[in-house]
Amino acid sequence: MNSFNLNTIFKSLKTKAEWFSLREVFESTNTHVARDGNPEANYSNSTHGVMIEILINGQLGYSATNELTLQGLQNAINKAEFFALNASKYSLVKFDTSIRPINSGNYKSNAKNNINEISIPEINNLLVSSNQYLKHSDRIICTTGFAMMVDSKHKYICSNGSNIEQDFQFISLDFSATGQHNGNIQKRTDHGMLARSYQIGTEFILDTNIKERCQKIGEQADELLFAEECPTGEMDLVLAPDQMMLQIHESVGHPLEVDRILGDERNYAGWSFIRMDDFNNLQYGSNLMNITFDPTVNQQFASYKFDDSGLEAKKDYIIKDGVLIKGLGGTESQFRSKLDGVANFRSSSWNRPPIDRMANLNLEPGASSFNEIISNIENGVYMESNKSWSIDDYRNKFQFGCEYGKLIENGEITKTLRNPNYRGITTPFWNKLKSVGDESTFKIYGTPYCGKGEPNQIIRVGHASPVCHFENIDVFGGN
Amino acid sequence: MESLCRELSKCTFQLLKKNEQLSISFSGENSNFIRINESKVRQISNVINGDIEIELIIGQKKTVHGFTLTSNNNSNLIKIESELNKMRTYINELPNDPFIVLPKEGESSKKTIKGNLINDDDILDSILPPLSKVDSSGIWASGIIFKGFANCKGVFHWFETENYSFDFSLITKDEKMVKETYAGNYWNQKDYNQYIENAILKLNSLEKKNIRLKPGKYRTYIAPAGISDLINMFSWGGISESAIRQGASSFCKMRNENISLNPQFNLIEDFNLGLNARFNNYGELSPDKLNIISSGKLINTLISSRTAIEYNLESNKAEINEGLRTPIIAPGDMNENDILKKIGTGIYLSNLHYLNWSDQPNGRITGMTRYASFWVENGEIKSPIEQMRFDDSFYNFFGNNLLHISKKTQIIPDVSTYNARSLGGVKCPGMIIDNFKLTL
Repeated sequence: MNSFNLNTIFKSLKTKAEWFSLREVFESTNTHVARDGNPEANYSNSTHGVMIEILINGQLGYSATNELTLQGLQNAINKAEFFALNASKYSLVKFDTSIRPINSGNYKSNAKNNINEISIPEINNLLVSSNQYLKHSDRIICTTGFAMMVDSKHKYICSNGSNIEQDFQFISLDFSATGQHNGNIQKRTDHGMLARSYQIGTEFILDTNIKERCQKIGEQADELLFAEECPTGEMDLVLAPDQMMLQIHESVGHPLEVDRILGDERNYAGWSFIRMDDFNNLQYGSNLMNITFDPTVNQQFASYKFDDSGLEAKKDYIIKDGVLIKGLGGTESQFRSKLDGVANFRSSSWNRPPIDRMANLNLEPGASSFNEIISNIENGVYMESNKSWSIDDYRNKFQFGCEYGKLIENGEITKTLRNPNYRGITTPFWNKLKSVGDESTFKIYGTPYCGKGEPNQIIRVGHASPVCHFENIDVFGGN
Repeated sequence: MESLCRELSKCTFQLLKKNEQLSISFSGENSNFIRINESKVRQISNVINGDIEIELIIGQKKTVHGFTLTSNNNSNLIKIESELNKMRTYINELPNDPFIVLPKEGESSKKTIKGNLINDDDILDSILPPLSKVDSSGIWASGIIFKGFANCKGVFHWFETENYSFDFSLITKDEKMVKETYAGNYWNQKDYNQYIENAILKLNSLEKKNIRLKPGKYRTYIAPAGISDLINMFSWGGISESAIRQGASSFCKMRNENISLNPQFNLIEDFNLGLNARFNNYGELSPDKLNIISSGKLINTLISSRTAIEYNLESNKAEINEGLRTPIIAPGDMNENDILKKIGTGIYLSNLHYLNWSDQPNGRITGMTRYASFWVENGEIKSPIEQMRFDDSFYNFFGNNLLHISKKTQIIPDVSTYNARSLGGVKCPGMIIDNFKLTL
């Protein structure tokens, strides 16, 4: 960060507003990519700015600027005042200051080694060298190694006395191999969707067993070229935690965002099949389904201590024993809906207003071992790592595809399957949840890319889950 | 900002040492965003932002650093000098890049589209009153967007546009919706009022009760907004030469197995639309027009200079990501008035939603129908339909199953705002497709 001091400037700003806040974000991203044993990109990017938020006549006005001087920020205050006053004639909601709780504190990601101290030759050598392990045979036509390291510093000061500093360190690491044989093309990655994304130090990259990890990815890409097509029909489905991440995200997280239920997203991401009277009533899934909102998990990708309204984050059950009990609504959604909520009011950067987001949304472990789950299935498919996702705007009808499948026959895993896909409708699907894996099957993942909002925002989310078994699901293959 | 960026480039190039080559990219905006729900203001914001990216090349090594561009050139230059010094140390530690694209001498360009926008004081009073009797949700965006490029060989490009877009949905009490985008450079209140009136009239067509279709194959009309979504998929694992070479493209079949699409299907990258800058990340000017698919045959892919070096090809000055920036689908001969007659019995789709490859090598795309979509019987609209999932290959619906293309085309502007407001758009007609596959 430069010499800009938010606290000093805050005291010098003049406003007529009954309440205002400044949110400063400085974020620096280093991305390294190697392809086929050559460096593809060594890219460093930073962004630095302040979002002003002002409340006048019950209407919030926002103004974001990268002109980080007293004059630049005073201009932004004036603009936000003007907008709030002007818009207060047309307010959807008349808020009061209760939507911004008074809190102060700090948060820091649990990282042993700082990402700014990693040796550049070391990271490049690691990614370039991954090619030799990923290239399992001559049929592997493309290999990649990818590392993204983000240092993100957030400061929030508010006229109500809130003063919060949060320092995040994010790392995403991925490897991939693409194989081609007789017109069949198959790609295998390191759990799909940049799933290996954590709040962690560079020890995560340097301690990775590149050889073993990449050999497995290359071997499975090659194996898929000769695998049978996934069968079509209604059968049992077992999803690995790296696919459960997507299943939870799309069919639990998004429909439970309260701003969606209130209609804010109707022109973009969509509405939700959930209605206000579904809370504490709807049997969302089988009684094995327990979903928690938990930004307190150590090193999970979307952990934090305070959201962007200043609300302190804590673990909350969203679905308990299959029953929907709470929505994903921050302070503004709680004010509007009169429902209990969570600390999930977040923005993608300094230049966007906060909206309801997911943070870490996890499925709690159950009681079945992996072997117990498989041994109880006569005819089914096991799927790993998401590669295709699509769901309707009410979050009902979904279709998801995975990279890697295995046939389950008479209680045993047998053949490898290519192009495994399945489709369903959200609550009937979750009510077919037959068994939930125990702690030994539980894995934590995340992704940097969750899109929502107008103007659009991409934000980091985390999802953890055990292996899960669903019965009588519509499964199909490619072509 | 143009003169500021010119001056900054000049000063930056003076900092270079003999063995160093440098390119600079600029981008930024001063935008107003108004988020609407229930035809009222949900959130209102102004964003002033600028970004600068400098690419330093020494020998066969390259690194790119990006940071914030402000209106103060003294602090910009101090920041650039400090970043350059960091990059000089950093670049020594990098391995050689065999496919490096060096800055070249060449033509410079400038395009500035000066608009006539509503004053900030008047935006809400202009856009909201015509919506007062209807439920709506959407996003207003307006202001200046700019992008520029300079390199140490003397090339300078500038593109700046002042525009607005209002992307919105009108919603009935039973949650049926019509989607519209009103966009341009010159505000005309009378025209806007008329546009909203017409959009409200479309809601009346949704009054009847929805019918539920069974999964199956249907003769289907897809309006230009839906076709543009399908064409946008070609920029994500489609038309890119490097993606084809690396097995990450749905176009591999067209290349490797010589498969063609329908002879009526023509795809052209055409910068004459004026929606996007013609220069790319390397400061190269792309051709005004590039035929990509002609009479169903793939005749060009998008080839960046980096891909050209790697695979020993000729570059057609594509962007580094080899995506479409301003595509056009050529019109056909179907009159608007004949659409329902030519559907006969089948489906009329206004929009699609949430597309993804479900089997990329085979060109299969899945997604949802959304907004005003109807069941048509004997050439007449019977009733709206419940949303359905489709899952079909473009080798089918732009191939043998493509029956008719409309005469009339429509520009669908890119109104996405991830990180910043986007440029570009698609100009395309509607199409009637036989046996369009609905699955859920």
